[in-house]
Amino acid sequence: MAERERRSTPPFGGVFVARTQVLDRDDVRRAVWRMAHEIIERNQGLDGVALVGLQTGGVQFAAALADALEKIDGERPPMGTLDVAFHRDDIGLRPVLPSAVTDIPWDVTGQVVVLVDDVLFTGRTIRAALDAVHTYGRPRAVQLAVMVDRGHRELPIRPDFIGKNLPTRRDEVVNATLDGVELGELRKEAR
Amino acid sequence: MQHLLGIEQLTAGDIEHLLSQTDRFVEVSRRRMPKVPALQGRTVTWLFYEDSTRTRLSFEQAAKRLSADTLSFAVSSSSVRKGESLRDTVQTIEAMGVDAIVVRHSSAGVPAQIARWVSGSVVNAGDGWHEHPTQALLDCYTIRERLGGLDGLHIAIVGDIKHSRVARSDVLAFTRLGAEVTLVAPPTLLPPSLAGWPVRVSHDLDAVLPTVDVVYLLRIQAERMTEALVPSLREYTARYGMTRRRVDLLADKAIVMHPGPMNRGVEIAADVAELPRAVVVDQVRNGVAVRMAVLYELLAQPAGRELDRAGTDEVAGPPDVVGAAQEGAE
Repeated sequence: MAERERRSTPPFGGVFVARTQVLDRDDVRRAVWRMAHEIIERNQGLDGVALVGLQTGGVQFAAALADALEKIDGERPPMGTLDVAFHRDDIGLRPVLPSAVTDIPWDVTGQVVVLVDDVLFTGRTIRAALDAVHTYGRPRAVQLAVMVDRGHRELPIRPDFIGKNLPTRRDEVVNATLDGVELGELRKEAR
Repeated sequence: MQHLLGIEQLTAGDIEHLLSQTDRFVEVSRRRMPKVPALQGRTVTWLFYEDSTRTRLSFEQAAKRLSADTLSFAVSSSSVRKGESLRDTVQTIEAMGVDAIVVRHSSAGVPAQIARWVSGSVVNAGDGWHEHPTQALLDCYTIRERLGGLDGLHIAIVGDIKHSRVARSDVLAFTRLGAEVTLVAPPTLLPPSLAGWPVRVSHDLDAVLPTVDVVYLLRIQAERMTEALVPSLREYTARYGMTRRRVDLLADKAIVMHPGPMNRGVEIAADVAELPRAVVVDQVRNGVAVRMAVLYELLAQPAGRELDRAGTDEVAGPPDVVGAAQEGAE
């Protein structure tokens, strides 16, 4: 979730202007590949491991991780998508996107669920996701993979797998996709 | 949107928005623990001046699945019986700190009147012969689920149109979503004037059935019989009842709907109600998700959808970002 919605929501709205390219497409591909290895290492294989991409920004990375895990281990872990809108602590401040589908068509009880998101910022999205995952069963463990950890946590949440540690100012904006990671800011635009 | 008083106030876009939100609550209802904290701390109360089981239970289930607190209020055992006025009752309830009032009343316009008095939200759960918007929404959702959409469909609404708020809300909703509607009823059960209704009228059910995608049967209210609007229930069944023979006149994919409670053997034959094409149970199940969508829309977004639109319109920037934002903007 995170950045994309933040940008499209009035209190944060504006035009994203990229200032620096932090990672290019190849860097992102290599980071995904490394995180896939780390996931296998941490869990001693993929037995009982499932990926859940957070809508909307995390889904592309969950799919990329699933691809990488399949290539490395020969087995593709189940992958679901989760929109945490109904579990957020700031409901009403953000629009609910009809395109953000939640789809976890299995019981997560006993599994290791790896939550995947594009950017980890305050940690509030992840808090909501932890809440939401438990409505699908009781996982054996929940781990967190993020492409970018930009700091400024407001909750005691820590990622297990990180693509890139990126120190930022609070008012900066990070745009992370499979095409690269950019750091920039929002410019208010008079219409 | 602060209140849901009728389908009349909704555009096709509003209806589509609520239906697509309903998809999300259908997903929630399928979870192992079908409950989300979206409306924690909000309170919903019921003000039902007319009997209802399914609508009330459905709203209650919807509110609870959204983690809203619910306050029950049984009009029959309250001070309304001591002569308290509607306005005083509403003000009392509001003073206790209620965010939404779900109202059913035998007089048209009562929910609208209450909406003028309160600062919270009002949901019309049926007022007189006027409207029953959540029923129409769940009907649209059920049709969409079974047939993919309403645009271009032909829908027959059969029965007591005159006294039916369901028929009124359904006609508005179905036609706004692009369906054609034919009302089938004896002249005594039609409103005195249909001027302005975007519908066709027929008195011959057998002639209409082969052309419809949906046949929507209304309950024949036994109390109407005393008004001699129909010679007898048996005669009504013979001419307008959904019998086994009439089912064979329907197209293969056509579905049979009923808002409940059914009078089996009157407007719908007992065995017809059990056919796979009879979607009455789906209607009830979808009712919970639709009402979750309505309560969420009214209570979770204090500034309403204008806020969303303003936000999504503003977005510009790198092409992929614009694309994603537009996806979100319906």
